[in-house]
Amino acid sequence: MARFLEPIARLGALIIDNVVALGNFVVFLASALWCAITPPYKPRLAIRQMRTIGAESIMLVALIGAFTGMVLGLQGYNTLRRFGSEGALGTVVALVLVRELGPVLSALMVTARAGSAMAAELGSMQATEQIDALAVMAINPVQYLVSPRVLAGVISFPLLTGIFDVIGIWGGYVIGVGLMGAPAGSYFNGIAQNMTGHDIMSGLYKALVFGLVVMWVCCYKGYHAQRMATGVSRATTEAVVLSSVLILAWDYFLTSILL
Amino acid sequence: MSGGAQNADRADAIEVRELRHRFGPQQVLNGVNLKCPRGRITTIVGPSGCGKTVLLKHLNLLLRADSGSILIDGVDVTRLGAAGLDEVRRKFGMLFQAGALFDSMTVFDNVAFPLVENTRSGRDEIALKVREMLANVGLEGMERKYPSELSGGMQKRAALARALVRNPKILMLDEPTTGLDPTRTGSIHALVRHTQQRFGLTVVMVSHDVPAVFEISDRVAFMHEGRMRLVGTPTEVTSARDEIFDRFLAGRVAADERDAATL
Repeated sequence: MARFLEPIARLGALIIDNVVALGNFVVFLASALWCAITPPYKPRLAIRQMRTIGAESIMLVALIGAFTGMVLGLQGYNTLRRFGSEGALGTVVALVLVRELGPVLSALMVTARAGSAMAAELGSMQATEQIDALAVMAINPVQYLVSPRVLAGVISFPLLTGIFDVIGIWGGYVIGVGLMGAPAGSYFNGIAQNMTGHDIMSGLYKALVFGLVVMWVCCYKGYHAQRMATGVSRATTEAVVLSSVLILAWDYFLTSILL
Repeated sequence: MSGGAQNADRADAIEVRELRHRFGPQQVLNGVNLKCPRGRITTIVGPSGCGKTVLLKHLNLLLRADSGSILIDGVDVTRLGAAGLDEVRRKFGMLFQAGALFDSMTVFDNVAFPLVENTRSGRDEIALKVREMLANVGLEGMERKYPSELSGGMQKRAALARALVRNPKILMLDEPTTGLDPTRTGSIHALVRHTQQRFGLTVVMVSHDVPAVFEISDRVAFMHEGRMRLVGTPTEVTSARDEIFDRFLAGRVAADERDAATL
């Protein structure tokens, strides 16, 4: 081949490889969703995953929620005081948490905790041929390993977001009202008057999408890890990074749709 | 007897015809032909990279070939869809190189797994079968242990018990003695032979452990560069005076002697 064509051929190969990888990625999700709705059903596996992903993340989410609420109370009070609007503190804290920080931060935390563990677990199963062992036993590995996790993510993320929001709102109250002296009555009154069902639901829809995306990415990366020690660690790192980036990117898109 | 209904009467449990598979630029399987007689132990040997593990992955249906056919009990599995393939998978048990036990489960749960997932047997029935299988492989009393608590040899035995628990007709083994110290390989070979005789299994084994594995093999297939170069009984193959095989054998023996000397 003429030498000046070689870089073009290489670019072409790169593009083709990436398109194929993207295709595999989407087919993986489609297959996991299909397996979730076709028999044999494995509700026990999904429940077990809800414990790992959801229940065991509660303390972490509560802690982050408390600190986030507290810092919002502090910053919110300081800023609103310049305009004489301390009474709006409750509204501001609640809306920011429920619409944005609740779904995004709890998703990021659960990614770091459960998502990385999931990628590592599936990666090491792949490396030790446990996934092949399932296939040889006529058990669909995607149905057994991936679908329960995706389902668990979709259910757990909105629930965790709810916990984050409630604790965050209280954190804002403790600091903003208790410490900084914002008016107590208007904190919760403001929330009751200015928060709508749409605000709450849009936060929960975001959490649902994040749950799907995080589980999908982390399972995919683990399932397709290369069979060596660096393969598993690379899969875990890529899973967390890609999940985090997609959470923030989807946050923008969903906000623009839901606003 | 019509050929379709009486497939189990065929002399060869597995028949491979002109199997070809390419990975990227490399033609890994280059027209493989092999017959594995029913109720016998067939061992596939060859130098690293000759494609033996890839061949085994085609036999246990993890990979699909580009061309050629594989007949298992007379049924051409290369033409089957997903449901048909699952049906065929139920006929075999597979022992992976490192055991591939599920590390989050105890030995008991590992061996019970195929029964729990694929059959409707009750708990007591399953427990009985699991204990029987563990006793067969010499692991009584190990039910509550986790795979990480077992030695390499014990993990392979547990994995063998799992492979046999559903009474398969065909047992496939991927390098069952690799990674074990030489004193253990004899006992694994004896276990394979004993199990094969006891259950009347057809065994297909990929092994590096030449010439020790010839002692339990009924047939040997020497694979070289993606196809079968020599096939026959161990005696026929070792006395065939094939230069490449003799060099392979000499190389393996030298490697074994080096390993033994360092013990």
